[in-house]
Amino acid sequence: MNDDAQTPLLRVRNVTKTYGGRIGCADVSFDLWPGEVLGVVGESGSGKSTLLGVLAGQLVPDRGEVIFDTRADGPRDTITMSEPERRMLARTDWAFVHQNPRDGLRMNISAGGNVGERLMAVGARHYGNIRSAAADWLGRVEIDELRIDDRPQAFSGGMQQRLQIARNLVTGPRLVFMDEPTGGLDVSVQARLLDLLRGLVRDMGLSAIVVTHDLAVVRLLADRLMVMKSGRVVEAGLTDQVLDDPQHAYTQLLVSSVLQV
Amino acid sequence: MIEIENLSKSFMLHNQGGAVLEVLQGASLTVAPGECVALTGNSGAGKSTLMRMIYGNYLAQAGHIRVGGVDVASAEPREILTLRREVLGYVSQFLRVVPRVPTREVVAEPLLALGREKGEALARAEALLTRLNIPESLWSLSPTTFSGGEQQRVNIARGFVRDWPALLLDEPTASLDPTNREVVLSLIEEAKARGAAIIGIFHDTEARARVADREIDVSVFAPAAA
Repeated sequence: MNDDAQTPLLRVRNVTKTYGGRIGCADVSFDLWPGEVLGVVGESGSGKSTLLGVLAGQLVPDRGEVIFDTRADGPRDTITMSEPERRMLARTDWAFVHQNPRDGLRMNISAGGNVGERLMAVGARHYGNIRSAAADWLGRVEIDELRIDDRPQAFSGGMQQRLQIARNLVTGPRLVFMDEPTGGLDVSVQARLLDLLRGLVRDMGLSAIVVTHDLAVVRLLADRLMVMKSGRVVEAGLTDQVLDDPQHAYTQLLVSSVLQV
Repeated sequence: MIEIENLSKSFMLHNQGGAVLEVLQGASLTVAPGECVALTGNSGAGKSTLMRMIYGNYLAQAGHIRVGGVDVASAEPREILTLRREVLGYVSQFLRVVPRVPTREVVAEPLLALGREKGEALARAEALLTRLNIPESLWSLSPTTFSGGEQQRVNIARGFVRDWPALLLDEPTASLDPTNREVVLSLIEEAKARGAAIIGIFHDTEARARVADREIDVSVFAPAAA
């Protein structure tokens, strides 16, 4: 809707990260525009998660630029900004949805507390408002409000994942990083989560980067796709174009290896 | 509205000994607003390939595909996404949707993507579902469990839920009974009357004769046999 904006939300240039002599990811460049969902696919070890870690400020690359269009100061390189600034972005404009909800949730505080905590981190102090915002978000991710005081341990895997999404989106971020968001969930739960994510992306005008090895997930969720192999992007384009008319040998292999159901 | 110039397409199959399939060479055609052009030719002649290229689904090796001022053959993904949202509709033979999404929302989605108000979008979707004889009891269910003909009609409803300036139709009357076939043909005629440029593939020769202003045999674009 607001993709007439002239500035990309995220501009990534030549990002390279090595572990000793081994390549994590190399020379990755792309632009992400407001409201766009970018899928990153590739097999295990292709560098997808390393790339996501660098983009989200969790890993320091050897070189490259990650320029985020901040609300206050316009485009800023998140790699060279100060640690407090980067942390502030991570709490406000960014969200990170982990594959394992246990990595993104605090398992020993209530569901409502998990959602409210992020609000408090950005300065919310009024208990009643925090609780009603938490209740609202539990509803939006289809968790019964009656469960607001239960701890996530008592939730199913799918509910934990939805709670993690609520916790991440409650502060109205503009960019969401997702690492295998539907991994480890059974298929019917995946469908429900995909439906939820699609609706949230559309209604909130979010941009998202989704790392997954599941081509069916990116087909339904991502506008654009990058295919990674051995740390490098071998092909990129519109999702359906890359999946239906893959150009690179590796992408052709990846697409033709999917079992049809 | 749609101008195709000197378009070529080949597929390189890296994992099958590097085989190269030449499908189209020097394809050119234009479609004016309010006009419906039917693509003909035997199975494998490249009708669907050409249609997918216009939608930006297949890459072109050479040539231009101009749809409403955007050259799909060279546009950025972002421009093609905007084109698909605002200008170019596509009724494919396959319904691909997120499971669990109710039929009426599947149909309303092109309007929601344009930022239309939800109530209005759903009302428009329901009107089309009614016209295409999808019983109201099915509207709140996901179309993934529907019969082939019902899925086809949901796909058509999605394709006609808004007034696209340009529209691609891949076998829109296949697997439909006579009543629904008639509804689809009138939808196509109405779209033409309001000025849509349409490219269609119709194996149903009567339907083709009724809605198409011209036929283009895609096999003339086949590369000379090597």
